[in-house]
Amino acid sequence: MRFTLNGRTVSLDIVGTRRLLDVLREDLGATGTKEGCGEGECGACSVLIDGEVVDSCLVAAGQVEGRDIVTVEGLALQDGKLSQLQQAFIEHGAAQCGICTPGMLLAAHALLQQSKRLTADDVREGLAGNLCRCTGYTKIIDAVLSCTK
Amino acid sequence: MHEVKYIRPKSLADAVQIYRTTPGCRPLAGGTDLMVMLHARTLRPEPRAVLDLWSLAELKGVLRAGDILEIGAAESYTRIIASRDVQRHLPALAAASRTIGAAQIQNRGTLGGNLANASPAGDTLPVLLAYDAVVVTDRRSIPIDKFFTGYRRTALQSHELITAVRFPLGRRVAFRKVGTRAAQAISKIVMAVSRNPARIAIGSVAEVPLRARRAEVALERNDADGAITAVAEDIRPIDDVRSTAAYRRAVTQNVLRELLDAFARS
Ligand SMILES: Cc1cc2nc3c(=O)[nH]c(=O)nc-3n(C[C@H](O)[C@H](O)[C@H](O)COP(=O)(O)OP(=O)(O)OC[C@H]3O[C@@H](n4cnc5c(N)ncnc54)[C@H](O)[C@@H]3O)c2cc1C
Ligand code: FES
Ligand code: FES
Repeated sequence: MRFTLNGRTVSLDIVGTRRLLDVLREDLGATGTKEGCGEGECGACSVLIDGEVVDSCLVAAGQVEGRDIVTVEGLALQDGKLSQLQQAFIEHGAAQCGICTPGMLLAAHALLQQSKRLTADDVREGLAGNLCRCTGYTKIIDAVLSCTK
Repeated sequence: MHEVKYIRPKSLADAVQIYRTTPGCRPLAGGTDLMVMLHARTLRPEPRAVLDLWSLAELKGVLRAGDILEIGAAESYTRIIASRDVQRHLPALAAASRTIGAAQIQNRGTLGGNLANASPAGDTLPVLLAYDAVVVTDRRSIPIDKFFTGYRRTALQSHELITAVRFPLGRRVAFRKVGTRAAQAISKIVMAVSRNPARIAIGSVAEVPLRARRAEVALERNDADGAITAVAEDIRPIDDVRSTAAYRRAVTQNVLRELLDAFARS
């Protein structure tokens, strides 16, 4: 099967019922994508499929045939510099242990792609599928809001 | 351990054919219910193959045909919420869809999956009951009030695929969900009510999403108080670790009162 991962075409010979999460981590070395709950509750495994945020633990790898996948490794700019959003996470102290951060960044990225006019409530709702045990969310929300200006 | 085969049909006709002829084949749409069990191998009977419906064009889209709105079985909640026709004609369905999980789940979850899963807590199901929706399959149309036959059991026959859900237009339905998945400490109740015709549909209060028939008869006579009394007898809640049957009856009555008051004011 073939799909695009962070702009590069990959072709693989795999069992299509494996979780996209495992294929990304084990076969493609994209270990920025984390496993938390494995049940769709925590969002640590979030990736973008055709620009939409999904939990990769709930997607069968075969389902992404021909699709465009972005993981946290694909968020930085072409020249390797961090994106504005990634930079904002650092500046606002929005990452502590970091387990939730890749998923959080992708969910926030998708949200900012949809609209640059976001309130704190919009961000809270948009990130409701991403749990963080460390930061208490305020710094994360501030980081995302700083990118709306 | 054997591996479960992944099958991607080229068309709906292809999917129907494969489903009929492949032993141990299980449909897959957004995977938000199925994937965890598939991965943990807790599905019984254990599937030998998975039939991926997600990309089938025939199961996507929101189509208006005369006074019917038809939503594809594999259309995501996100697209349902974004549809102008749904916002205008089926606002209660948009409201219910917005309460389902967060963005990740709304981007993948589907009506076909919610229906086939047939959880008594499925949030779109009371809405479908209140609109008198029709479940369309590869071989027939099933009125929604004939669809749920027991705890997580449906009228679907073997190898029958849901293709769409049809809604009649021109009906006003109010929706309310109390209690959330994240905070399951309080009992959850989902309710959808239509005033004319009288429909009172409730989830999480019995082994199936149900219509409160006695309460509907009272409401048909414009007897709102009678409906609120009767609804306590219509539901079949259980005592469990989360709350008691008596508490669930009281919450159900309060939610119905609230929705009927809202109708009375508008
Ligand atoms: C974190 C999380 C939160 C959730 N929150 C909610 C919530 O608030 N409310 C709620 O109601 N649900 C909730 N769900 C459950 C789930 O998202 C919904 O039931 C969803 O509608 C399932 O759709 P799906 O396409 O993902 O189904 P799948 O997982 O793909 O399939 C579910 C079942 O339906 C069958 N099936 C799917 N499509 C068809 C078809 N066209 N014809 C025949 N059979 C079919 C499959 O074989 C399987 O048995 C939640 C799930 C998660 C993981
Ligand atoms: S690991 Fe996928 S949502 Fe938690
Ligand atoms: S930074 Fe540790 S879980 Fe969010």
